[in-house]
Amino acid sequence: MNKIIKYVITDILRNKIVLIYTVFLLAASFSVFSLEDNSSKGLLSLLNIILIVVPLVSIIFSTIYMYNSAEFIELLVSQPLKRNTIWLSLFTGLASSLSIAFLIGAGIPVLIYQANLVGFTMILTGVLLSIIFAAIAFLATVQTRDKAKGIGAAIMLWLYFSLLFDGLVLFILFQFADYPMENAMIGLSALNPIDLSRILILLQLDVSAMMGYTGAVFKDFFGASNGLIFSFFVLLSWIVIPVWYSTLKFNSKDL
Amino acid sequence: MIQLKNISKHFGKLKALDSVTTICEKSECIALIGPNGCGKTTLIKTILGMVVPDSGSITFKGDNILKHWQYRDQIGYMPQMGRYPDNMTIGQVLGMMKDIRGKSEGLDEDLIKAFSVQNLLNKRMGTLSGGTIQKVSAALAFLFNPSVLILDEPTAGLDPVASELFKEKILAEKDKGKLVLITSHILSDLDDLVTRIIYMQDGKLIFHKSIEELRQDTGEERLVKSIAQVMISNYE
Repeated sequence: MNKIIKYVITDILRNKIVLIYTVFLLAASFSVFSLEDNSSKGLLSLLNIILIVVPLVSIIFSTIYMYNSAEFIELLVSQPLKRNTIWLSLFTGLASSLSIAFLIGAGIPVLIYQANLVGFTMILTGVLLSIIFAAIAFLATVQTRDKAKGIGAAIMLWLYFSLLFDGLVLFILFQFADYPMENAMIGLSALNPIDLSRILILLQLDVSAMMGYTGAVFKDFFGASNGLIFSFFVLLSWIVIPVWYSTLKFNSKDL
Repeated sequence: MIQLKNISKHFGKLKALDSVTTICEKSECIALIGPNGCGKTTLIKTILGMVVPDSGSITFKGDNILKHWQYRDQIGYMPQMGRYPDNMTIGQVLGMMKDIRGKSEGLDEDLIKAFSVQNLLNKRMGTLSGGTIQKVSAALAFLFNPSVLILDEPTAGLDPVASELFKEKILAEKDKGKLVLITSHILSDLDDLVTRIIYMQDGKLIFHKSIEELRQDTGEERLVKSIAQVMISNYE
C-alpha cells in the first residue's frame, strides 16, 4: 500500500497545478493578513477565500487526476494487488498531497499571524475540506466512465455545496417560516460540509453577525463546545461515507 | 491449470460472454481466435479479475479466483493497448513494478535485453511510440517469470525483428512448462507457435481443439486457411 501512495504523492507534487495552487494560497493568505490591521479580521477574509477555493480545487483536480490515471489503475488491477488497497492508496496519496499543498499555502501564514485556537481550527477545517472534496471526487469518478460527465458532475457538486445549498436553505426557511425550524436547520447544515466548516470556525470567532441563520441556531442549540464536536464528527463522516461507498463500487467495477 | 465454468457477462444489453466453459493446461500455447468483438479480451480480463463475471466460476490451480488477488502473482499480462502514466520514465515504471511485486532477484530480463529497452530507461512513457510501448509491455509480462502468460494482441505493433525475437521467447517459455494464452488476428504469426485453438464468436466458445484436430477436421495444413474456413462457415 505504501508503495502506491509514494508513487501517487511524488507524481502529484511534480504537477504544476498543485504548485500554482500552493503559491496562490500563499499569496492570498499573506496579502489578506497584511491588508487588515487586525489579524483576526484577516482570518475572516481568508476563511471566505478558503471556503470557496479549497473545495473547488480539491474536487476538480481529484476528478481530472483520477480520469487521467485510468490506465495506471488498469495496470495496477492486473497486478497482484487487492482492489481495496489500490483505491485507498490512490485516495490517501491524493488527499495527502492536497492537504500538504494547503498546509504550506495557508497553514504557514495562519501560524505566523494567528497561532491560536481559531487559527488551528481553520487549518484543521481546511485540511478536512481538502480530504472531503477529494472523497466526493472519488465518488463521481467511480460512478461514470465518461470523463466529461464525471467532471461535469464534480463542478455541479461544487456549485451545489458552495452556492445552491444556501439558496435552498433560505427557500425552505421562508416556506416554513411559521413553524419552529431550529432542529431541522441543524440537520440541514450537516448536509453541507462547507456550511459546517464555516460554523466550526465562526463558533470560535464569536462574530454572530457573520454566522448566518444556521450558525446562529447552532450556537444557540449546542453551545460552542458541543457544536464543535458535533460538526467535527459530521465532517469526518463526510470523508468516511463517500470513501467507503466508492471503494465498494470500485471492487465490483469492470475495467 | 485455469478452469472456467459457465462464465457469462453482460455489458448493458450486449452479451459479451455466454456461458463459456473450458480448461487450460500448462505447457500449452493456446490461441484465442474469433472476429472483432467476440469477447476475447473480456474473457482474458475475467481471468485477470479486471472484469467481474455475472455468473460462473474461474479456478486457478484449483482455487477460486473470486475476491482473491494473490494468484495474479503468477500471471504475466500484456495488454492490447499498454498505457502507462505519461510522466513516468520507462526505468521508473520497471522499478515500480518490481516494487509492487516485491521481487528484485531471479528476474527474466531476456526481453529487456533483446528489445534494448535498457537504452531507453530515461524516456518518458508519454513520448514513446506505440511499438516501443508494446516492447515495454512485453518485457514487463515476462519479467517476473510467471507460470501463466496472457498476451493480448502481442505482435500487433512490433517490428518484424522484435516480433521474431518475441515469438522465440514465447516458444522457449512454453517449453519450460508455462501456459501461454494469446489472442491475435495475425494468424501467420501463430502458425508455428500454438498447440491449441479456442474459437469464439458472439461471446460463445465455438470449439477448443488441438491444432492437429483442427487440421484433420478442416483438411487444411496451414492455420490461416483452416481458420478462414471456420470463420466463413460461421460468418453471417
